[in-house]
Amino acid sequence: MKDTLILAIESSCDETAAAVVKNGRTVLSNVISSQIELHKLYGGVVPEIASRKHIEKINQVIEQALTDAQVTLDDLDAIGVTYGPGLVGALLVGVAEAKAIAYAKKLPLVGVHHIEGHVSANYIEHPELEPPFLCLIVSGGHTHLVIVKDYGEFEILGRTRDDAAGEAFDKVARAIGLGYPGGPKIDRLSQEGNADAIVFPRAKVGDCPYDFSFSGVKSAVLNYLNHAQMTGEEVNRADLAASFQKAVVDVLVEHTMLAAKDFGMKKIAIAGGVASNGTLREAMEKACRNRHYQFYRPSPVFCTDNAAMIGVAAYYEYCKGTRHGWDLNAVPNLKLGER
Amino acid sequence: MKILALDSSGIVASVALLEEDTLLAEYTVNYKKTHSQTLLPMLDEIAKMTELDLETVDAIAVAAGPGSFTGLRIGSATAKGLGLALKKPLISVPTVEALAFNLYDVQGLICPIMDARRNQTYTGIYRFQEHQLRTVEGQMAVPLTQLVERLNKLGEPVTFLGDGVPVFRKQIEDTLQVPYAFAPAHVNRQRAAAVGALGVQYFREGKIQTATEHTPEYLRVSQAEREREERQKQTGGSEQ
Repeated sequence: MKDTLILAIESSCDETAAAVVKNGRTVLSNVISSQIELHKLYGGVVPEIASRKHIEKINQVIEQALTDAQVTLDDLDAIGVTYGPGLVGALLVGVAEAKAIAYAKKLPLVGVHHIEGHVSANYIEHPELEPPFLCLIVSGGHTHLVIVKDYGEFEILGRTRDDAAGEAFDKVARAIGLGYPGGPKIDRLSQEGNADAIVFPRAKVGDCPYDFSFSGVKSAVLNYLNHAQMTGEEVNRADLAASFQKAVVDVLVEHTMLAAKDFGMKKIAIAGGVASNGTLREAMEKACRNRHYQFYRPSPVFCTDNAAMIGVAAYYEYCKGTRHGWDLNAVPNLKLGER
Repeated sequence: MKILALDSSGIVASVALLEEDTLLAEYTVNYKKTHSQTLLPMLDEIAKMTELDLETVDAIAVAAGPGSFTGLRIGSATAKGLGLALKKPLISVPTVEALAFNLYDVQGLICPIMDARRNQTYTGIYRFQEHQLRTVEGQMAVPLTQLVERLNKLGEPVTFLGDGVPVFRKQIEDTLQVPYAFAPAHVNRQRAAAVGALGVQYFREGKIQTATEHTPEYLRVSQAEREREERQKQTGGSEQ
């Protein structure tokens, strides 16, 4: 059978990325141009700056992805691109670029949901993994617990009611002076701290046991800091970071395990930027091992925003016949499962 | 020589195809639909109507700013994608200059004004001399009062055009002391044909760039950068 080669483009937030993926499982190249250093100055991603960087970098990143994969545009079968959710101005750069390339080369255009991409990152290093499985998606913008029923088909069991998990990490990191991005910094500092030093609340959302809420634990951390400041107590930042992280990770693992039991799922995966958090990976792996579940997680490079995962998702959409027109627009609040 | 031209710098979306000094097709829509949805379908329509083989295009001209930040990037990303795929160069045509070129050989000064929000206009002052577009004041983002002051000082008749006209017309009528006119509908907004016609000139002069090099000229930093600069000024640059 002839190989299917897809060039994928991702620009939904602050990484400009392109990749070439073969048959949906083999990553031939994966180029990521990160803007993190630029956004650190502002304590978070500035949409206009992100969009400007995307347009500066996008051709270079695509050309590098083609060179690394040792292919030309003439070898390709389709172009995949993230068209939502994300920052609209940032998404538009990738979408307009992808459309123009596909149009000029007369290639099919496949729009991809960013979260579907994150889930699909698990297929890259786990050739045996196939739906159905349970997947927890945790990133700076998203917290979803879903059953992946088939490629590109999801049943959403739970989502966050307020902050995304990664967002809570960023806010707490800012409050204790660690700066942006918060996730990796809290993860690192936590290793020096005692996770049982401070007990922060683990929020339960009454009517839906699989939903999440992280604003409570975030507020508890901020209150703790305020209180310490007023009473002049010294705050052990490592203990605080470790305790906060444990509170978040406990809830993520607990809800995932509950859903696995309730729905009889034996394959559990994690995805998204926060899936590279060491404590979460360990805790989830341990919980799965205790219950004899198979545990899957992408390497950190495929957890962060990247185009390889978009190429994988695009492949399965392509096989199902998903095609987008030249009027494809960016959809900043695109719902999972929508096309 | 075939030039494909794009302009999505303002509310107008416009695509044109030129061969030397002949306009083969132009598709211009001044409507609220987003450029992301219109620009490529418009190009596709033109390509079909003119039986265009994209490989025969020599360069892609694009209105490269100033203008709506997002609009500029849709045009630029489209041009960059086409340039990358077709291995063809890009021609960056300043938006205000292309607007002025609509009024070829008009007597006196030509002053395109675009609504730049925040009480400013993207503008420039031009004139035709020996049938060539000459720049009196290159494109800039300034308050209208500053532009009027300059025009009053220059003391010549001036023709205005651009989407800033409906916004600033009253203010111009109240404060301008030189004879003035407003260009009519068929030449008073962005048109890709003008971008293309200037593009042909630029191409002959060798003023081209690679698709990778090209970025829009915003004439303005982002709001976050501006606010950060202001904070730094206030704190004497001590802030991180």
